[in-house]
Amino acid sequence: MAKKPVRFHLNGSEKAVFVEDGQNLLDMLRRGIGDLTPKYGCGQGTCGTCTVLIDGEPHLSCLTLAETVEGRQLTTTAGLASGNRLHALQAAFMEGFAAQCGYCTPGMLMAAKALLDRNPNPSRQEVVEAISGNICRCTGYEPIINAILEAAKSGDARHYG
Amino acid sequence: MPVRVETYERLDEAARALASSRTARFLGGGTLIMRAVNAGDQSFDTIIRARDANWSAIRAEGDGFVIGAGVTMAAVVASRDLVFLAPVARSVGGPAIRNMATIGGNLFAASPYGDFAAALLALGATVNLAGSSGRGIPIDDFLRDRERHATSLVQSVSVPRPRDASAFRFVKVSRVKPKGISLMSIAALLPQMGGRLQGARIAYGAMAPTPIRVTAVERALEGQSLDIATIERAAAVATEGIDPPTDALASSWYRREVAGVHLKRLLSAERR
Ligand SMILES: Cc1cc2nc3c(=O)[nH]c(=O)nc-3n(C[C@H](O)[C@H](O)[C@H](O)COP(=O)(O)OP(=O)(O)OC[C@H]3O[C@@H](n4cnc5c(N)ncnc54)[C@H](O)[C@@H]3O)c2cc1C
Ligand code: FES
Ligand code: FES
Repeated sequence: MAKKPVRFHLNGSEKAVFVEDGQNLLDMLRRGIGDLTPKYGCGQGTCGTCTVLIDGEPHLSCLTLAETVEGRQLTTTAGLASGNRLHALQAAFMEGFAAQCGYCTPGMLMAAKALLDRNPNPSRQEVVEAISGNICRCTGYEPIINAILEAAKSGDARHYG
Repeated sequence: MPVRVETYERLDEAARALASSRTARFLGGGTLIMRAVNAGDQSFDTIIRARDANWSAIRAEGDGFVIGAGVTMAAVVASRDLVFLAPVARSVGGPAIRNMATIGGNLFAASPYGDFAAALLALGATVNLAGSSGRGIPIDDFLRDRERHATSLVQSVSVPRPRDASAFRFVKVSRVKPKGISLMSIAALLPQMGGRLQGARIAYGAMAPTPIRVTAVERALEGQSLDIATIERAAAVATEGIDPPTDALASSWYRREVAGVHLKRLLSAERR
């Protein structure tokens, strides 16, 4: 099968990779690049754990045709921390026990980052809306919602990552 | 069999490629098509895409708007022109889906999807196909013959602007909030002249294989004032001539039982 070259930016660095026809972005990131932070949950758009940012906006990588990201800026959970320093959202998730099994966490973090980048002071309702495409089977959502609000309050959610 | 992807710079080239193959599909936002690819759907073997930027433009024309088929739900929500459609676009999926899902793809989405298409049906939109210079197709006809249009590329949709903000109303009924799939959606265009309804159009989503007009309700409303008696008469015929589907979300019986209740609430809603 034909392989096509695709170039894009991932967490600030340039990447070039070959994709197969019909390959989705999640598979390309995990198998082609080796970024294992976006997870495979359903492959149907319903769980949200594969959420990545494309040009700053949340997209479901399992439903994105890999070759359509040519020239675009991608962000995954691998790009959140700077060195040993966790992103404010990651720190708040850890402090607030917002991850149990952790499978939904990368998608939650990406959805939350997209929200805080646009709206640094969201209401609780806006947080609920922002993560409405992400399913968590463990926490009951409350610790996640609280962690996102905490990260917003700490104010440095915007300063790095 | 793996799928092949063909990319074209221009929409008319993509339209020709699509027209020449029964087993090709055009890529909108991909939320349904990539789901089918992931599931190993064998009903198509080619995906056709276009890079044409015109395809996702919104522009004013006459007393309405031309919305490119590639416009996403998020772009509708963000548009200052399409405020009347923002609540409809906001009801589709979660934030990531809205960044991907296009209005063109929504026209083809099988029930229970198609909330945006139901709104376009009530608004009396026309569907413009790529490569056909003439007039657009009324959305009623397009949805009725949807199967036949599987090899045509939708370029844009022309939507007349409702006369005033309260003349267009929409509600999506779902069990999971804020993001759930429709049990039904109702869109209502309620233009009034001298206190009487004139040219009312009511559409349902998720009550048939495609969004449908609700002619019995329209007849009950036409020429009347939108008072309690009229609303009661309209609600009484809410499912006349309609055979709602049974799916994982609700039975046909349930849909039939609740349709009148939701229609009544929508029609009696104060200006929102
Ligand atoms: C988790 C999830 C939640 C969803 N929630 C909703 C919801 O609440 N309401 C709702 O209405 N839908 C919902 N959907 C369905 C879907 O996302 C939307 O209907 C969306 O608008 C489809 O558009 P798309 O651009 O993604 O379509 P695609 O997947 O790109 O295409 C769908 C079909 O339309 C055809 N097509 C697309 N564009 C064109 C064009 N311009 N010309 C000709 N053919 C075209 C394709 O060939 C394909 O057959 C949901 C889907 C998922 C996965
Ligand atoms: S894996 Fe993409 S939404 Fe579940
Ligand atoms: S922590 Fe287990 S799914 Fe959310």
